[in-house]
Amino acid sequence: MPDLSVRDTGLHLLRRPGLVLSGVVIALVLLAAVAPALFTGQDPIAGVPAERLRGPSPSHLFGTDETGRDVFARVVHGAALSLRATVIAVLVALVSGAALGLLAGFRGGWLDSVVMRVIDVVQAVPAILLSLALVTALGFGTTNVAIAVGVSNLAAFARLMRAEVLRVRSGAFVEAARASGVRWSGVLGRHVLPNALGPVLVLATLTFGTAVLEVSALSFLGFGATPPTPEWGALVAGGRGFLATAWWMTTFPGLTVAAVVLATNRLGRALDGERSGR
Amino acid sequence: MTGVSAGLLRIDGLDVTYRTRTGPVRAVRGVDLTVHPGQIVAVVGESGSGKSTTAHAAIGLLPAGGRVEAGSITFDGRDLTGLSEKGWRSVRGTGIALVPQDPTVSLDPVRRVGEQVAEVLRIHRLAPRARLAAEAVELLRRAGVDRPGQRARQYPHQLSGGLRQRVLIAIALAGEPRLIIADEPTSALDVTVQRAILDHLQELAAESGTAVLLITHDLGVAADRAAHVAVMSGGTVVEQGPTREVLGAPAHAYTRDLLAAAPALAGEPLRPRRPAGTDVLLAVTGLRRSFDGTAAVDDVSFTLTRGRTLALVGESGSGKTTTARMAVGLETPDAGTVTFDGEDITAARGERLRALRRRFQLVHQNPYASLNPRMTLGDIVAEPLRAFGVGDRASRRERAAELLEQVALPVSALRRRPVELSGGQRQRVAIARALALNPDLVVLDEPVSALDVSVQAQILRLLVRLQQEHGLTYLFITHDLAVVRQVADEVGVMRRGRLVESGPTDAVLTDPSAEHTRELLAAIPGTRVTAS
Repeated sequence: MPDLSVRDTGLHLLRRPGLVLSGVVIALVLLAAVAPALFTGQDPIAGVPAERLRGPSPSHLFGTDETGRDVFARVVHGAALSLRATVIAVLVALVSGAALGLLAGFRGGWLDSVVMRVIDVVQAVPAILLSLALVTALGFGTTNVAIAVGVSNLAAFARLMRAEVLRVRSGAFVEAARASGVRWSGVLGRHVLPNALGPVLVLATLTFGTAVLEVSALSFLGFGATPPTPEWGALVAGGRGFLATAWWMTTFPGLTVAAVVLATNRLGRALDGERSGR
Repeated sequence: MTGVSAGLLRIDGLDVTYRTRTGPVRAVRGVDLTVHPGQIVAVVGESGSGKSTTAHAAIGLLPAGGRVEAGSITFDGRDLTGLSEKGWRSVRGTGIALVPQDPTVSLDPVRRVGEQVAEVLRIHRLAPRARLAAEAVELLRRAGVDRPGQRARQYPHQLSGGLRQRVLIAIALAGEPRLIIADEPTSALDVTVQRAILDHLQELAAESGTAVLLITHDLGVAADRAAHVAVMSGGTVVEQGPTREVLGAPAHAYTRDLLAAAPALAGEPLRPRRPAGTDVLLAVTGLRRSFDGTAAVDDVSFTLTRGRTLALVGESGSGKTTTARMAVGLETPDAGTVTFDGEDITAARGERLRALRRRFQLVHQNPYASLNPRMTLGDIVAEPLRAFGVGDRASRRERAAELLEQVALPVSALRRRPVELSGGQRQRVAIARALALNPDLVVLDEPVSALDVSVQAQILRLLVRLQQEHGLTYLFITHDLAVVRQVADEVGVMRRGRLVESGPTDAVLTDPSAEHTRELLAAIPGTRVTAS
């Protein structure tokens, strides 16, 4: 709503503390990814053996792990890698999914049938299973994990994009453009795409949360970065063996992932609401 | 207070305000209106005049944000203003019934129409449960639905627009109301269907002594049907009285304007007819096209010489739009040929067809859908130039400004977006876009049917002026014979895909040879008044 005054926006936010909190969480995580040194001065890689398996305390907010590394520092330094993977995953899903949907919806005919049947098949396989298979084929590493997660999520983007393109394509203004002699590339770029993209971008923000979770799940299973590089999913996995004695090693990285997923979902919903005018 | 003199429905000094984000809007100001038992009263006005708001206030169904600020509404001696929701329920249906505007959205798509009629009977306990279905069929029959027993078991999408409107009338009749409020009950329908439905409504009202408050934008409809007419503009009633007096000797300038704008009542050509030349610009022969096995266009042939206007007229489903779309290559004919300026373009595709588009352009029916909401008017108007690489950015911008000027829009509109414009202004933009490449032929697909009458008149005059200035040739698609009389040199009447009659406009309209042309002529609202 462009005509909302600053005061109205303030009121709007005041009535939605969850939304404000979500914004703060995301802002902090982004900041941690860019400048981890702002949050902690401790080394995420080298441990202090004398301080191994300490519980949470003012000097070690999230406690320490079995080699004496500060868990908080590892979570903060892991943000960059985990976020980068998530962004790559969402971009892969968005760009390739939207491109396929655009092609299928705009061209129609046999191409539409072929693309959409392939998408149906992709969607029939559970996302996590598909990404496991893909990452096994691609090889280990954070980027490959991200690509695998992206590919396993592209079906939803392709479907939504196709539906939007079909809706827009039948509009009179698209025909008017065609009738006045605009080439198909112009029709696609200036008429169909701008009017179809909105809901797809909202889906991208909603997918963010899922992608964080799936990237972490794959790195939990050990497909991600090689130790000792910190990555959220790997941190959760690392503490698994000490769950009975050092609960903080899995709990805090796990809570971080949960917080980021919830916060991105809340922001995505808010954007969705803005779009549909609620 | 129940006496005939007091009236069945009495509205006194009604003020209605809508709360919007930009502040309150006074939609209705100080409206007085009286409907006597058994009388038909018409409220006439253009969109935004407050006529629908007045009607909805009278049945307590103002849209969200609407509020009666002042005045009183009395029905049968009972004050309705400030009535509770429960109180309203006892009035609606049995006291006052509403026939809504749009038959396509006013019925529940997932329930059979018989059930929807029976619902009213059930709610008001007007028939025993066992008799509900039979009573509903009887109501459908009274509303003029053919084969009512079979129709009652059908869903709304299986019915035509006219039949759906009859179902809505059956629903309104179910509670045997004393007043029916009909909000533009036929404006979405073909003229012949419109006539049949209004005839029927009028008969029912006379038979049962039901009063009708008829809301319409069509002065002709009001003239034909109502004993008393109120003309609304800008939220107030500018003039009211017996129909004959108001329309025969209008006292208010607005009524005079409205009368002058109504094509059926004026009917003078906007420019002298032009003789048929020899320079044939567009010729179609034996054009055929079918969709899913049914012929939409069946053996249509006509020629159009340069600088003239040919109108194709017909009701919905007559194939007139499909014919026009085949003429400009938006649809491929199954058989027949399209010749443009001596060149056979029937099989033109791809780049060849695109090159031809420079010479023929199309203006769509609905200006609310034919402009890309995300583009500025400058970009919209300049788009054909850009598509053909005419000039550079600056010269295209200049040309766009010039085009907007030609269609009487301010140059400042270049940066605005379609959403900021009214329907008439949008249609001007669409016309400007069609003229950008200086085409020879412009195909106008119902260019004025989505607009108010006074705006219609402006757009028609604009089209005629542009035709004279640029030597344009028009293929004009319309359902309105009155518009044909105003602008066309020649007319083709279509019915069920066939061209049933064609010839010079004046000859066809004064001495029609086809039965269907006569039906269409007789159905034009307002002809009874001009005849008398």
